[in-house]
Amino acid sequence: MALERSDVEKIAHLARLGLDDAELPRTTQTLNDILGLIDRMQAVDTHGIEPLAHPLEATQRLRPDEVTEGDHRDAFQAIAPAVENGLYLVPKVIE
Amino acid sequence: MHRLTLAQIARGLAAKDFSSVELTEALLARIAALDPRLNSFITVTAEQALEQARAADARRAVGESGALLGAPIAHKDLFCTKGVRTSCASKILDNFVAPYDATVVERLAAAGCVSLGKLNMDEFAMGSANESSHYGPVKNPWNTECVPGGSSGGSAAAVAARLVPAATGSDTGGSIRQPAALTNLTGLKPTYGRVSRWGMIAYASSLDQGGPLARSAEDCALLLSAMAGFDPKDSTCVDAPVDDYLAALNQPLAGLRIGLPREYFGAGLDPRLSDAVMACVEELKKLGATVKEIGLPNMQHAIPAYYVIAPAEASSNLSRFDGVRFGYRCENPSSLEDLYKRSRGEGFGAEVKRRIMVGTYALSAGYYDAYYLKAQKIRRLIRSDFIGAFQEVDLILGPTTPNPAWRLGEKGDDPVAAYLEDIYTITANLAGIPGLSMPAGFVDGLPVGVQLLAPYFQEGRLLNVAHQYQQVTDWHEKAPEGF
Repeated sequence: MALERSDVEKIAHLARLGLDDAELPRTTQTLNDILGLIDRMQAVDTHGIEPLAHPLEATQRLRPDEVTEGDHRDAFQAIAPAVENGLYLVPKVIE
Repeated sequence: MHRLTLAQIARGLAAKDFSSVELTEALLARIAALDPRLNSFITVTAEQALEQARAADARRAVGESGALLGAPIAHKDLFCTKGVRTSCASKILDNFVAPYDATVVERLAAAGCVSLGKLNMDEFAMGSANESSHYGPVKNPWNTECVPGGSSGGSAAAVAARLVPAATGSDTGGSIRQPAALTNLTGLKPTYGRVSRWGMIAYASSLDQGGPLARSAEDCALLLSAMAGFDPKDSTCVDAPVDDYLAALNQPLAGLRIGLPREYFGAGLDPRLSDAVMACVEELKKLGATVKEIGLPNMQHAIPAYYVIAPAEASSNLSRFDGVRFGYRCENPSSLEDLYKRSRGEGFGAEVKRRIMVGTYALSAGYYDAYYLKAQKIRRLIRSDFIGAFQEVDLILGPTTPNPAWRLGEKGDDPVAAYLEDIYTITANLAGIPGLSMPAGFVDGLPVGVQLLAPYFQEGRLLNVAHQYQQVTDWHEKAPEGF
């Protein structure tokens, strides 16, 4: 299925990616080229095949329920774009 | 001194032929003089390197030894380095100074390695040519009009040009092996989980694996010995003993069964590369190996499956780059959504945006089964092919790439053409098995790589075969003119 410009705009919104109007035609074209490549998978018979998510088929290892991380708030906030009183600053979302 | 391999450096330091400070100063001078032609470094950490070199010399002076004590290296710029910019070659992380070291960085530093800086790469490790970096493309020292391969292209170019004897890289679909092949190096992608991914900026978490790029298999063995092993901070890191990779190097190859997949030698492979690969096979036969044709019938489906799975994981991993807690933030956002969209839209480059969007689409309602689930089923078929093949042979051999290095910009407008360059490498990432690329000749003055693939955790076997081959050939010793 070929993507239209409106589909690409919707995907960009879902991904929270701002795209310029000027980028949209080229992005639509390349995404359709890539989807053309990907669609070749549909010819493969995978009936009865279990999906493989982890190459070693390992499951998530559990660890003891103990605190192992120290408090790094100051180190992390030192590299933040904007902080105030120990909080990250973002534009207001509540009127 | 810049001509020395890591192993030779270890011997020179032990014999006190030179100090780590002398070596570090010599290489920093070469980087300053020659890297403007290559653009292989994003950040050079001269002062920190000299401090580490002085510390290494002091440790040696009180009797400490160790092959890597005082040995210079450099890190791909996706390994977090405390106090040093870690950009992942992206505008969105241009101002990011990591507050901690990646486990790989920590382990190599503990072994005494001196880090000269951070190496250029494709943005977020997405690419096959090292043309998608925010800091500009990297040039191949064998021909500066050609690409070095990607995404560890900065690592490859710096080592090939003798600016640094070895470097770290990461391999999600071939990003260590492919640039190694295009620049005449030995590069190893370990088994998934063999090397900790903690502190490596994630692209596709079920495929990413860190590993070494160096000038010989022996040097890769030295580095892997320090890098490999269990890390409780990475829940996907495997808790299993690490082999003695240096001891494995000198095993005789008599009786080694090599499989040549018929699918690797069909249409699409430059016949000159095919000839170089077969010449390599003849050398290995002289060393006692036997050869058998095998089949990997699902290889042809690897690229489509990869370009669903990797972007799907990328779309999730890269959601953390939102302009809130670190990295680039757009000017004067009008709302939180505007902050997200413009920070990400302005901060990510074109290839990264493409892959995030492909991933978002593949995971969106109504398409998950047709794309993501289908790709994961194909992944199992590919893994089953390898498991079946390794019942018959000990090692799989073939070309690393279908073509030698191409010209900068040649595939820039056609991402699908660039994706197809990973045809021989991607399967190892999907299956999680280890793979190595080693130098095996030249075509029109450009290097040719041979890829070796082994069963899970058989990195020692790969290094052994490559080392034995490098004892009877000198392709890996050739250096690019002018470097």
